[in-house]
Amino acid sequence: MTHLDVELKNLKNDMLEMFELVLSQLNKSKEALFQFDKDLAREVLVNEKRVNGFELKLDRDCENIIALFNPVAIDLRFVLACMKINSNLERIGDIAEGICQFVLNIKLDPEKELLEKTRLLEMFETGAIILTDVMTAFEMEDTRLARSVFKKDEILDQINMNANESVGDFIKNNLDRINQSLYTLSIIRKLERVGDQCKNISEEIIFYIEAKVLKHKPRSQKQEMPGEGS
Amino acid sequence: MQKIESNNVHLYYGTFHALKGINMSIEKNTVTALIGPSGCGKSTFLRLFNRMNDLIDGVRIEGQCLIDAKDIYSKEVRIEELRKRVGMVFQKPNPFPKTIFENVAYGLRVNGITHSTFIEERVERSLKQAALWEEVKDKLKKSAMELSGGQQQRLCIARALAIEPSVLLMDEPASALDPISTAKIEELIYELKSQYTIMIVTHNMQQAGRVSDTTAFFYLGELIEYDSTKKIFTNPTEVRTQNYITGRFG
Repeated sequence: MTHLDVELKNLKNDMLEMFELVLSQLNKSKEALFQFDKDLAREVLVNEKRVNGFELKLDRDCENIIALFNPVAIDLRFVLACMKINSNLERIGDIAEGICQFVLNIKLDPEKELLEKTRLLEMFETGAIILTDVMTAFEMEDTRLARSVFKKDEILDQINMNANESVGDFIKNNLDRINQSLYTLSIIRKLERVGDQCKNISEEIIFYIEAKVLKHKPRSQKQEMPGEGS
Repeated sequence: MQKIESNNVHLYYGTFHALKGINMSIEKNTVTALIGPSGCGKSTFLRLFNRMNDLIDGVRIEGQCLIDAKDIYSKEVRIEELRKRVGMVFQKPNPFPKTIFENVAYGLRVNGITHSTFIEERVERSLKQAALWEEVKDKLKKSAMELSGGQQQRLCIARALAIEPSVLLMDEPASALDPISTAKIEELIYELKSQYTIMIVTHNMQQAGRVSDTTAFFYLGELIEYDSTKKIFTNPTEVRTQNYITGRFG
């Protein structure tokens, strides 16, 4: 392995560590909400500092690799992709922190009927699955798996679209639970953005492996493997 | 204790003040790149540490040059002993007109070693360290002049390593080589630093970035900036350093 190969391997390992950290934060935020566990929520808030610190370290590592090794072709695309994926992961970390902030702010247990009606658990689980998928796609350089995320995100979009109606109906019958309802709606919006961040990560993975730019392309074109389609 | 130190070193070629108050210390098992425009004093500074400047008429040195905390210009120092500890590789490969084996064995024989098994083992080890063994092991009796430029340069490195120096001085070791040979030399430097302390003069900024831990920027005989290579190439302190590494002068 050349010196550059060693640096790129270290960068990849650190990125995977960032993926794991953020996934753990997301899963803990789900537990904190559904168990109404304020201690766990505080733990996520404390860990957010680690996420932020790690983001800064990864940015510096990418900067150093570009400055010292002048990578080209796939190596350059890899480093550029890592810089963007790093930013996406940090935002997912912020989302987990935001959810836990709600847990700390609300005075009463989350309303179970509302959580079921809005399919919030399904949103969390889908978000975690999508994040795990992009992490695996990144590790295994699997663009097919990366592309599958665009379809899976539709579940999150659908739940988000129906959220206004579900929450609105609940509020009509439970006027004393307006605050809780609004918090739940905010959480739904946040979880929908987890899907968006993961889609961005998929685009970066496809960019670095296939040198294809999928940004701003329609979903149908994003899902096509090279050689498919017209 | 630092491996190599220069304390307020001045060097004059006659009346020309070539090095002006250089203060630098280099850690053991690191690679230090010396960069700067032509005529800035990089090679002059490099040659301080094996006292090759002594061979130039009219040279005068002030200040201290230390290796392992010992002043190498003190009267007690024997230059032959110093040059065993401090190996040098030059810009143009300069193998002797001898066989590959004898090129590497030469330093050992000159130092009075005659035990043939010992010499064979040392030659093999040095050629392996220089990443050349696999390419030449079946033709050690062939002339070194038949090797390619990159192979000759690695042979010169093996020759320097055979007498077990602790410091390696390299004066633009890859500038006469093609890109593939250059890459091999650079990887070799990266691997060798675990055993040696290396100083390398280079005009190739990207090379300095790739191989070195610390970088020293010289200009008109002065040491302008000396810091970790990461710092120099991402956020140098001095404007002159930034202008040089971005290609705005020199």
